[in-house]
Parts: sequence; C-alpha cells; structure tokens
Amino acid sequence: MSKPKLATCSLAGCFGCHMSLLDIDERILELVELFDLDRSPLDDKKAFDSPVEVGFVEGGCANEHNVRVLHDFRKHCKVLIAVGACAINGGVPALRNPIGLRECLETTYAGGTPDADHFVPYDADLPLLLDRVYPAHEVVRIDYFLPGCPPSADAIWEGLKELLAGRTPGLPYQLLKYD
Amino acid sequence: MIGENVAAADRTRLMDMIIAAQSRLGYLSDETLSAIASEVGIAYVDVVDTASFYAFFSRAPQGRCQIRFSKTPVSLVKGAADVVRAFEKALATPLGTTSPDGITLNWTSDIGMADQEPACLINGTVFANLEPADAAGIVDEVRTMIANDALPGFPGYGNAAAFSSAKAGCASNVVLAGEVLFAPMTPGSGLRAALAMTPEEVIDEVRRSGLRGRGGAGFPTGMKWGLTRRANGEARYIICNADEGEPGTFKDRVLLVEAPGLVFEGLTIAGYALGAKIGLIYLRAEYAYLFGDLQRVLGERRRLGLLGERTGGREGFDFDIRIQLGAGAYICGEESALIESLEGKRGAPRDRPPYPTDRGYLGQPTSVNNVETLACVPRIIERGANWFSKIGTAESKGTKLMCLSGDCAKPGVYEVPFGITLNELLDLAGGADAEAVQVSGAAGECVAPKDFGRSLCYEDLSTAGSTMVFGPERDVLEIVLQFAEFFADESCGWCVPCRIGTVLLKENLEKTRHGLASREDLARLERLAGTVRKMSRCGLGQTAPNPILSTLRNFPHIYESKLIGGDDVRIDLQAALRDARALRTVSALKQDGA
Amino acid sequence: MSAPALRFSVDGAPVEAKAGQTIIEACDDAGIYIPRLCYRADLPPGGQCRLCTCKVNGRYAAACVTPVTPAIAVENDTPELRAERNTIVEMLFVEGNHPCPFCEKSGNCDLQAMAYRFGLSATELTYQFPNRDIDATHPEIFLDRNTCILCGLCIRASRSADGKAVFGFENRGARTQLTVNSPDGLAGTDIATADRAAAVCPVGCIVVKGTGYETPYGERPYDRQPIGADIEAQRHPSAERKDADV
Repeated sequence: MSKPKLATCSLAGCFGCHMSLLDIDERILELVELFDLDRSPLDDKKAFDSPVEVGFVEGGCANEHNVRVLHDFRKHCKVLIAVGACAINGGVPALRNPIGLRECLETTYAGGTPDADHFVPYDADLPLLLDRVYPAHEVVRIDYFLPGCPPSADAIWEGLKELLAGRTPGLPYQLLKYD
Repeated sequence: MIGENVAAADRTRLMDMIIAAQSRLGYLSDETLSAIASEVGIAYVDVVDTASFYAFFSRAPQGRCQIRFSKTPVSLVKGAADVVRAFEKALATPLGTTSPDGITLNWTSDIGMADQEPACLINGTVFANLEPADAAGIVDEVRTMIANDALPGFPGYGNAAAFSSAKAGCASNVVLAGEVLFAPMTPGSGLRAALAMTPEEVIDEVRRSGLRGRGGAGFPTGMKWGLTRRANGEARYIICNADEGEPGTFKDRVLLVEAPGLVFEGLTIAGYALGAKIGLIYLRAEYAYLFGDLQRVLGERRRLGLLGERTGGREGFDFDIRIQLGAGAYICGEESALIESLEGKRGAPRDRPPYPTDRGYLGQPTSVNNVETLACVPRIIERGANWFSKIGTAESKGTKLMCLSGDCAKPGVYEVPFGITLNELLDLAGGADAEAVQVSGAAGECVAPKDFGRSLCYEDLSTAGSTMVFGPERDVLEIVLQFAEFFADESCGWCVPCRIGTVLLKENLEKTRHGLASREDLARLERLAGTVRKMSRCGLGQTAPNPILSTLRNFPHIYESKLIGGDDVRIDLQAALRDARALRTVSALKQDGA
Repeated sequence: MSAPALRFSVDGAPVEAKAGQTIIEACDDAGIYIPRLCYRADLPPGGQCRLCTCKVNGRYAAACVTPVTPAIAVENDTPELRAERNTIVEMLFVEGNHPCPFCEKSGNCDLQAMAYRFGLSATELTYQFPNRDIDATHPEIFLDRNTCILCGLCIRASRSADGKAVFGFENRGARTQLTVNSPDGLAGTDIATADRAAAVCPVGCIVVKGTGYETPYGERPYDRQPIGADIEAQRHPSAERKDADV
C-alpha cells in the first residue's frame, strides 16, 4: 500500500512554519516513513499531478497568486490544515489590514504625495495585492488549524500524527500556543 | 447619602445641557464638553461618555442643516434610495457629507413614519411622502432659510409651518378608531374617577382590567404599579416611555398628536396610584417636533388644575409632568437604558436585579410604562375594569393599536381588539397579497403566509403594533439585512455578544446575499444568532437575531438558493483586486508621462 | 452575628453562599471556576463580557451580577454553555487586533489564556481588523487600543480603587472605545503607575512601559497553569467532579 501524500505551501508567511516542521529533529525519519512529500517548496515540486491526502498551508492570502495556490490546494488535498498565525488570522502581513491597501502603498512608495518620480511599483510579474490579507479559512474551506508563531515542532508533529491516525488534531494545553 | 442624591439630581439635566450646546454651536467640541463638565461638577470623561453615545450629537463640526433620511425596509421599498439620490444631486453632495453651504445628508434609523415613507427630518422638522421631484424645491427653501438665518435649529419644537413645502409635517392616519383609545374624552374625567378611589383601589382596578404593557413585553401593569408602590424608597417615579424606536411603529406619535390629554391623564392617575410627585416623559429626539404642542397641552392642564399644586383638587397631591428629550438611540426604549438616559448618562441598560420597580430612577422605586399603556388607564378607571376586560382575549385585554405599513393600500393606525388574526388585519388594510409580514418590528418575527391565520395577542403572536407588509416582489433577504444593520447601528456596545455579534450577523448576511456563503456559513449564522440571543445582556441583543431566526425557519429557501459549493473560493476576487488594479493604472500612467 | 448561609446547587453539586453574595463570589469561595474576563473580586462587577453567563433555574444570567437566592439551580460547566463561551472568546479575538506573537502581554493575557483553557485552535469568525488609535502621550504608560476588549475593568478600578476617573467609554456599538479623562490623552490625566487601573488590564491594552517580556517563554503565568486553576485548587477534594476536563 502506498503512503499518504503530504503537500505544503507558504503563502503570505515567513517560512517559519516550514522551519518548525523541519525542526522535528530525528522524527523527520519517521515522517518520511509516514508520508510521501508531494507538491512542496521543500522538494521544489510546483504542481499537483494527483490527489493528495494532506495539505499543509502556511500563510494567509495577500495577493492574487496566494488565492490561486490555496484554491489549487483545496482542489487537490483531501484535508487542508492551516498552520501558524498567518494562515489562521493573517498574522504579521495582516498588520496592513486596518490601514487599507491604498494608503499603505501610497504612503510607503509615494511618500503620501504621489508625483511622477514616486509611484507604487508595478510589473506584470508582480502578483496583484488583495485589498487586505485574508486568513486561509476566509478564502477556502479549511479542515484543521494548528496555531502558533510558529507552532512548535512538537505541536506540528503531534498534529500530523493525529491527522494520520484519522483523529481531529487537538493540542494538549502545554502545546497550544498563539505565540 | 443626601449629597449623593443632589449630585445625581444635578446630573439629570446633562442631556438638556448637551442638547442646548449642540443646538447653539452645531457640534460638541472638547472645550464645550470640558465646560459642561465643570458646570455640572463631573469628570470630563463622563460628559464624553454621554455626548458620544447618541446619534443626534456630533463631536465634529456639521452643517447648520442636518437632513436625516429614515432607512428602514419600508422606506427602501417606498423609494427612499431614489429620494436620497435626488437630494445628493440637488446639493451636489454625497450622503454622509456636508455641502459648502452647510447642509449635511445622512441616513438615520426609523423615524416613526412608516405609514408615510420616504420621510426625513430636516433639523427637527419632519417631511413625509417624499418623491425625488421634491428634492430641488426643499433644498432651495433650506438654502434660502440658511441665508436669511431663518432655519429652525434642532430640536425646533414643531416648526413645519416655517416651511412652505407641502411635504413638511405629517398626518396621523387613524384608519380605524376603536372604543378605548380614540373615543372622545373629557379632560379630567378619568382623573376625577381615580381621585374618588384610594391609590390601592386604583392599582387594583388596573390589575383587574388585565391591562398589560403595550411596548412589547406585556408585563401586567397593575402588578408593576403594586410592586413600585410597595417598594421601600424616599420617592417614587412614574415614567412614560415615548421613545418609540421600534422600526415600523408610529402609534405613540399618533396618540401624542391625537390624544395627548389621555396620555397625560394616565400618567397623572399613575402618579396618584404610586404616590409619585413627578411624571417624566422620555420623548425620542425624532419626535422633537411634538414638544411644543405637548408643552401647550401641559400648560392647559395646569390651568385646569389637572396638574400642579392640589392636582385635580386633591389636597396633598401635587403632581407635575416634565418632558425629557432623547437624542437618537433605539436602546433607550429599554426601560433601564431609558432611566440611565434620564439620569444624564449613556443609554446602557442595567443588569437586573434590582428591577426599576425596586431601584429605578435615581435609585428609587420607578414604574416605566408605554404611552399606549398609560392612555388606556383613564378609560379603565372611568368605565371600569369589567368593561375593559370584556374586550380582547383571555390573556390580552382591551384594544391594541396596530401600525400598518409597507405593501398595503391603507397604511396607518388601526385600533383593534386583541385576538384579531393577521389575515383579518391584512384584509382591513388592503394587504391581502402579502408574502411576508414583519410582526412587532425589527425585534419581532417575520411571518409567512402559512401563519397569517395566527392571532395577534400575548398568548399567540405577540406584538407591540408594528406590522410591516411585504408583497411578492420583495427580497426577504434584503429586509433581514436591513434589520441586521439596524441592530448593529443601535447596539449600545456594553456587552460582547451584542456589540460584536450584531456586526458579524450583518456581515454574514451580506456574504450570503452576494452568493459567497457556504453551507458552513449558514450553520454558523444560525449558531451566532443563538449566541447573541442567549448571551446578550438586554432585550436588544436577545431579540436582534429574531429576523434571522424567523426567516431561517419560515423562509429557508431564500437562504438555500444563495449557497455556494464547499470548495469554491469564498471571496469576491475581482472586488478584492480593485484597489490594486487602480493603483497599477495610476503608476503606469505616471511612468508613461515621465 | 453572621447571616445564615444560602444553599444552592451548581451543576448538581451543593454549594453554600453567604448572604448577599453573587453566584460568582460563592463559586469562587467553593473552588468552582466560572470563566470571566471583566470581573475582579475586589472591584464592582460590570457585566460586560458575559462569559460568566450561567443558566439559573433555566434562564441565562451573568454570574457576576446575579445574587444567590435560596435553592437556585445553576448550570455552569455544560456543553451548551461551553460552546457559547467559546463563541464569545472567538468574538473578542476577531473584534480587535490581537497580535499574540509579539504582544507584551502574551503568556499573561486573560483573553489568550481563556482560549487556551477552552482548547481553541482558531476561530472561523470574520476578523474585523479595526483601525484603532494608540495613546503614547504618557511617559510611563501607554494605551494600545488594538487589544482592548472593552471590559471596563480600568474604568471601575480607577473609580472604586484609585478614587480617580481616568478612564471611560466613548461612542457606542462597534465604535465603542476606551477613552481618557482629558482631551490631551493619557498624559493629561492624573493616572500613576502605582494605580490599580494601570495594572488591572486583562489584555495588552494598558501597559506600563519598561516592563515587557520580563518572564521567558515557558515560564509565564499561563504557560505554567490554566487560567482559573488557582480557584479550582480551592475546591474540596470530596466535591471534585469525575468529568472535569481541564
């Protein structure tokens, strides 16, 4: 019987949650016994070619590209788990939300007084920013949440094992952290 | 203890001081509020607390003229949005802003004109049955009045005559007069009958009549009076709740226009029964235009000896009435919030116990009664409890004023015996093709045709009178959304479930209406509605989810038809990218130009 | 002469109250924890957060403002009330901006601790991301309204414990915010760092400067034990419930 597949992505995040995943030390050997890694920045596989059991989503959606990736994950993953503060509530990137995109960009790049020399950068290759940073669950259905900034390696390990065992990942008090 | 009462008494006029400042200066600056704080001898932050709470007070400079359009499901059905657009055009000023010549346009919550919408308040004056074609003329007249310094300020106290526009002022629209409230009355006849009895006998008569509160809760009036009279206190107070803010109701406005003497007489009899020296009428700011006429009627009653020293000729019964104006807050219709407002504070409800009958106004035993409830009293005393209790049903005695509005041929006030069915009422009003009827206002229930046979009374379909009729062409979800917006605007903000829950409910409905909600969102909507209903501190929060819960129950198909599949994107991506696209265009133009 | 004790029940267990006690006071004494964010035993209750809402003889009532009356049956730790309290905590998280990862109060924050106690991994309510003012006018104390939950504790503490009126509310509904007794901000008030009002904030809104991040991660109060554990430690072992789950 083939192993279940695990896909991961980092949207508007800092890769801290991926670092924390790698921080499980020697248990990483156990992890590769449990899962086959599919689409992920860790193996540089950039597209799905088959359905995947578990999708690990780091980061919220700050731009159009994030939305498309997340939608693609939703389409291909049986179970999606939002990992870390950014996926769950927007996190640090969402600090722009109370201010609004326009004011934020104009103040940053145009010094509040836009003129010919100061303008908001644009390029066809730059994904368009969303009006605000959206937590993952506001964009697609999310099955489970693993909080923390980042969640500790123990919390991630615990969560993935529970998921594999077909249980709802619920963290014990000592591992449930928002920071 | 005495010092505490004196301080409290001084503070009770804080609302009047702030209203006066707002009226004179047009807004409430930090300096104005500091000056009021010194004058009253309370903290600056306490004046801010009160001044920032009410919709008709503003902390920032506003136009000399405030035009406030009533925003309700009924006003929108009747074309209020077109009227507002016409005013925006006439003033070249968008809603929510002020024109260069000082005219500010805004929406406001229901102003008690559901039978003659679209309606607006211009400073304190009411304008009814507006059409887009009226905008230019009214704006011209207001501009001229501003230029000539002739525009009545707020509150204004009854100044429709100052305007030449035919739309200034409002009609009473009593379509059906019944035998209790709109029968002819002789001033003083009920009071004389009461004074022939002992106060305890008056309370007993009211109790035996089966009279229950007309404001919606239906608490037995005689019992409330008995509790207030028996409670320990240094003084007792009787308060008339004329903060008629429930969307779709306007019966108290009509009673105060058509039968103010009956209301005052009921209040006076209550004062006698409770042993109160002062009766307070809390009149909503939206009805400030009634203030002048009401004062004249009070003056007349004083001349007739029906108020003041030796009221009704009774030695030792010196009773008078004061009218306190509100300043725009639906929550002040809740009796403990009303009392807080009367004491000069923000209209945040109190936790109970203690109940107002034990510790109400200034900590003393207080009975708060609805305008219509008090208007029944002189009749009951004059004609007897037996006469009154023969009208109506087993648990709902007497007549009830019903306010018909929306998609019906004859909107207005109907005085009918309790127990009438919704179908019968719709037939009277010419609303037979109704597809949905919102009974008892935003806090009430949205009833589907299958339930139109139900009786309007406390034991079946309980109502405070608001009856908004919606025909087959109306979007029920839009109506529910309006109510949700209303509650989010009017929540006092004290407790968490109501303050946040009403906003989340509104947002969830908007999402549903835009076809972005999933089945889980719908389940969440219902759960949230339950939390707000169960966990909120007062009646506002506890009833705010009613339109949602009753439409989920009675009109499930309108929600079902909007749902999206589970894996679809749940945001409107194009809308979310609009700002970024606009910024990109600006940048590209600039670089091309450079 | 002491008044006779009132007997009542909480989730079926017998509890005694002194005359005049509220339900929350009597339960605290008995070692029964009722979740709360806006209540402190030494301050008058405000009834803002509604987290302590119980069912009293079948009717919902906030335990902090409801006096014990003889023989009432109080439901506290039931699946229904747990679910409703979860939702209230979730509401508070989406109403404000709560950046736990870098908040000075993290690990010692009652709101965060309540969510931990409830085992809340996330909320799916819609985050509001309000744009709220901070007040950095005062040399020693700052106000970060982003995390304010409008519990009113500072308002009550300033009045009843400090004999001042430093704080108050402003506006209504979702626009309600904490305000101070001066148009010039906190610096214009008579607040002092030793005031109860400066220390009572359950979240990261009122912060005495120069005191942040003093306790390392892992050793902060709620790293060590759940909120309410101190009260539950008072419970007589014989009254322990078998299904206690925290």
